[in-house]
Amino acid sequence: MGNTLIEKIIMKNIGAKSLTPGEMVTVNVDRVMIHDIFIPFVAEKFKEMGFTKIWDPDKVVLIYDHLVPTSAVEDVRHFKIGDQFVKDYGLTHVHRSDGICHQLMPEMGYAKPGNIVFGTDSHTTTYGGVGCFSSGIGYTEMASILGTGEMWIRVPETIKIIVNGELPSNVTSKDVILRLIGDLRADGATYKCLEFHGSTFENMSVSSRLTMSNMSIEAGAKAAIFAPDEKTAEFSKVDLSDVDWVYGDEDAQYCRVMEYQAEEFVPVTACPSQVDKIKDVAEVAGTKLDQVFIGSCTNGRLEDLAVAAKILKGKKVADYVKLIVTPASRQVYLDASRAGYLSTFIKAGAIVTQPGCGLCCGRACGILSDDEVVLATNNRNFLGRMGTNKVQIYLGSPATAAASAVTGVITVPEI
Amino acid sequence: MEKFTGKVWILGDDIDTDIIIPTEYLALPTVEDMKPYGFSPLRPELAGQIEEGDIIVAGKNFGCGSSREQAPEIIKALKVSCVIAKSYARIFFRNSINNGLLLIENDQIQDVVKEGDMLTVTLGESIEHEGNHYPIHSLPDNLMDIINAGGLVKAMQKRNGIIE
Repeated sequence: MGNTLIEKIIMKNIGAKSLTPGEMVTVNVDRVMIHDIFIPFVAEKFKEMGFTKIWDPDKVVLIYDHLVPTSAVEDVRHFKIGDQFVKDYGLTHVHRSDGICHQLMPEMGYAKPGNIVFGTDSHTTTYGGVGCFSSGIGYTEMASILGTGEMWIRVPETIKIIVNGELPSNVTSKDVILRLIGDLRADGATYKCLEFHGSTFENMSVSSRLTMSNMSIEAGAKAAIFAPDEKTAEFSKVDLSDVDWVYGDEDAQYCRVMEYQAEEFVPVTACPSQVDKIKDVAEVAGTKLDQVFIGSCTNGRLEDLAVAAKILKGKKVADYVKLIVTPASRQVYLDASRAGYLSTFIKAGAIVTQPGCGLCCGRACGILSDDEVVLATNNRNFLGRMGTNKVQIYLGSPATAAASAVTGVITVPEI
Repeated sequence: MEKFTGKVWILGDDIDTDIIIPTEYLALPTVEDMKPYGFSPLRPELAGQIEEGDIIVAGKNFGCGSSREQAPEIIKALKVSCVIAKSYARIFFRNSINNGLLLIENDQIQDVVKEGDMLTVTLGESIEHEGNHYPIHSLPDNLMDIINAGGLVKAMQKRNGIIE
């Protein structure tokens, strides 16, 4: 009997010859990520637990993103505590304004194929896009990892997702993962790992894979992992021969197999206010919008901005719509600037903001009010997520977002 | 077996962490400061009305969404004796164990119980409602160890020799 991809990563980590779902094991953590929202709590718990040093400061990454730039005076407290923690325990990997944590972790090479990574954020699943087993935890568990370098986990069952063929030109990986969440439901992958197989995923860019792994938590997944290939090796700056053991065996045991044909996918949207309330964009086309948001750790990468710029080039955003574009990192910001995308957005009438989590987590840069409708490329449309509990949030791809910003109503993109 | 009785508050399926505590309140200094805003997007009055020993009964996938540990901390700070849901989201489940918030899984009670009803829970055995008993399971040993230590902080304090 073979093993699934995540079983292989865990087996290599703990030096086990075999492993089955349901086993409780203690793994050695390769890297951790802490962000600004939770650093005060991590610091407090770490001291309370009685630790005096971090197991390996080189393996810790601290990223300020949710509160950058600050929008309330209390926010500064998080940076002060974070900076003191850096000084006290000798952290070296600190990013104070470089972008969203889940973009930086794979982009800067902190999360690599075959690694086991934990972060104080639910969208830590993102790094599965580069073949990494990564998952979100709370700050108390983070404090215990900082002291011990270890973490207990239950070996998860795996759902195998197979898609073959070529996606229609107006369908992005965001539409694929939204459709999957709709089919799995919001709790369909709880405690489980998703593993992706088939030519559609082989042909996907690393960025598109990161989008899918990012959103897998919305079906409850513990992790969502793509086997690394040449593209991953190039992105993560590793030799493929060092990581080509990271794949699911043909005869591995899966708890469920879901198979699709790529040509059958269409642009879809998650309707207010559940991520698994999926409809074809065509079904809700014509819904009037107040705001459109392109950005976040889900869809703020260069290829997302590229598809939006292609649609917006030479066009104007509807005069009553605010289009907010937020690149995911400083590097994406710079690359988008060099490629001319930012000037396309500005000329189209968009508001281009600094990299960060602000609007997606409902803290800054475009908060909405009662009865307003927004189409957004981020990952959650929960009640009250981007403003009051009477805001209607539709989630969609960057292509759907850009096309809808021009018409001012939800629109099926044409590419 | 530990046994306790409490008054029921009913919530639905997929109660997410943004409902339990919206992001805008996460930068408040303490959980006590955040507590009045618990469940505010869905039921703003709830945090003010829950009394010590009450029981929250919810549907499937309770605690889905973000990794914010304030979610179980706030529920614990509201002094409910436990949450009974059909199922829990993974991160919320871990965070609850680590903070000593008792979670019970049961998918039958939701069909019979109404808000304001009284439930009696006997740990590892059953939930009693109007004379009917609904079976419940115990947690795995390794999780009970953390709960019995008084949460993960205390477990680590023991490890570091700060407490016996």
